[in-house]
Amino acid sequence: MIDWNRPRLKVVGLKKFYGDRRVINGVDLEVFPGQIVALIGSSGSGKSTLLRCVNQIEDLTDGQIFLDGEEVSAPGVNQDLIRAQIGLVFQSFNLFSHLSILNNITLALRHVKKMDRDAAIKLAQSWLTRIGLGDRGESYPDKISGGQQQRAAIIRAVAMEPKVLLLDEVTSALDPELVGEVLDLIRELKAGGTTILMATHELSFAREVADWVIFLEQGQIYEQGEAKDFFEKASKPRTIEFLSRMRSR
Amino acid sequence: MDLNEQELSQAEKDRREYRKAQRKRSVWISLASTLAFAVIVWFGLIATPGWERVEQSFFNWDVAVASFPRVIDGLLLNLRVLVAAAILVLVFGLLLAIIRTLKSPVFFPLRVLSKGYVDLFRGLPLIIVLYLVGFGIPGLRLEFLGRIPAEVLGIVALTITYSAYVSEVFRAGIESVHSSQRLAARSLGLSYSKSMRLVVLPQAVRKVVPPLMNDFIALQKDVGLISVLGAIDAVRGAQIEVAKFANFTPYVVAGLLFVLLAIPTIRLADRISARFTSREQQGVTL
Repeated sequence: MIDWNRPRLKVVGLKKFYGDRRVINGVDLEVFPGQIVALIGSSGSGKSTLLRCVNQIEDLTDGQIFLDGEEVSAPGVNQDLIRAQIGLVFQSFNLFSHLSILNNITLALRHVKKMDRDAAIKLAQSWLTRIGLGDRGESYPDKISGGQQQRAAIIRAVAMEPKVLLLDEVTSALDPELVGEVLDLIRELKAGGTTILMATHELSFAREVADWVIFLEQGQIYEQGEAKDFFEKASKPRTIEFLSRMRSR
Repeated sequence: MDLNEQELSQAEKDRREYRKAQRKRSVWISLASTLAFAVIVWFGLIATPGWERVEQSFFNWDVAVASFPRVIDGLLLNLRVLVAAAILVLVFGLLLAIIRTLKSPVFFPLRVLSKGYVDLFRGLPLIIVLYLVGFGIPGLRLEFLGRIPAEVLGIVALTITYSAYVSEVFRAGIESVHSSQRLAARSLGLSYSKSMRLVVLPQAVRKVVPPLMNDFIALQKDVGLISVLGAIDAVRGAQIEVAKFANFTPYVVAGLLFVLLAIPTIRLADRISARFTSREQQGVTL
């Protein structure tokens, strides 16, 4: 049973320092089941680091992370099992270059979820067909377009049925004409009820699909609000400055 | 697609004319230089006062034919040693490389040991390793092993030395796999060892095939050194024939056989590395 009133993901007092550099300096946030939360902010504001800390491929300097009410940052928790429940998609796709698209998707299904080979292939193929890449399963990542690679990378994470999906500026490395197909896939995931925390530069997209928007500034939450009116009602000076800078691009 | 002759612009016609003249010129130059080279060889070698005796004692056809069976017999031993050593080198080299990339503090002593091992055996001449292993191990008097054949000791010595080289090749390959590949694997929940085995190593091995082939070619001729331990291989067989005929031709026979053995591998290595380069430099013509 999904408890809609309990946050799927909860971050408390998260800090991440690299030496003297305070990249994340005390962040609290919650993402509820089926919700999409967008992280916006200029580059260097800590969006990517925040996502990597949530997935714990980066060690935390301080703070706690809860998944469905359970602390997953506690000592002794098997991080590999936790990461399998938190999907992360990278700006630069990071598909495994020695594996076909199909095997990219089945790798973790087979070796982490312990699915048998045929079931994994069937699942991967059905996902590929759903996103219009049904005939590209045997292709290698460098033989398909950036948009197709990024969609395959998203599917690779989604097929694991993660409790929350983290998207790290997934359209930033794409040619403008390929951005649309990736955004379409995210819209579809939203319709399917996937819980998403995403860092993005696509403000109009954030406004369209997100439920909540968080503006990060120097590793801290500077301002946040409901996505439907955040972009008009934002009142603090740096938020206004950032939004107008992004609009004039 | 090529244009018709009459479609060509005057500029392109001139260019083609010029290239044709250039080609003709380079043919003449290479002919002349070949001739000059032949003259130098003739005066420098064949016209020397001792050439006839050298020809007699190094390139004697009858001796070559008579010594051939024993040399080829020996070469079969070299081949067996080569196959065994190559397999063992791959296994130990990879193992050493993996140990050196382990980050956990538990493996600190292993890491230091393997680094020391690589430093030591990359510096130590193979012939000294052969002597130390070949005469040292039997000296331990491990009775349960019985008498260890010289070729087995040779395999051990070759494996010890070449594993050090090959582990460096593997390590370079592992480190050349971009860290984002490992991050992607870990973010999906794969453990360190699984991401190593399923993602990093397959990519690393592909990258190091050309340099590995080079080490294999070097090993292919170094198997001839096991003769210093008394194994009757091609070199030792040739030595026996040399003593029998008081003629050096058997060495030349053995040498030629080693070269013949190496040529297919060398060609294969060339082709593989050409394929790797062309894949990485698509579109680059300069």
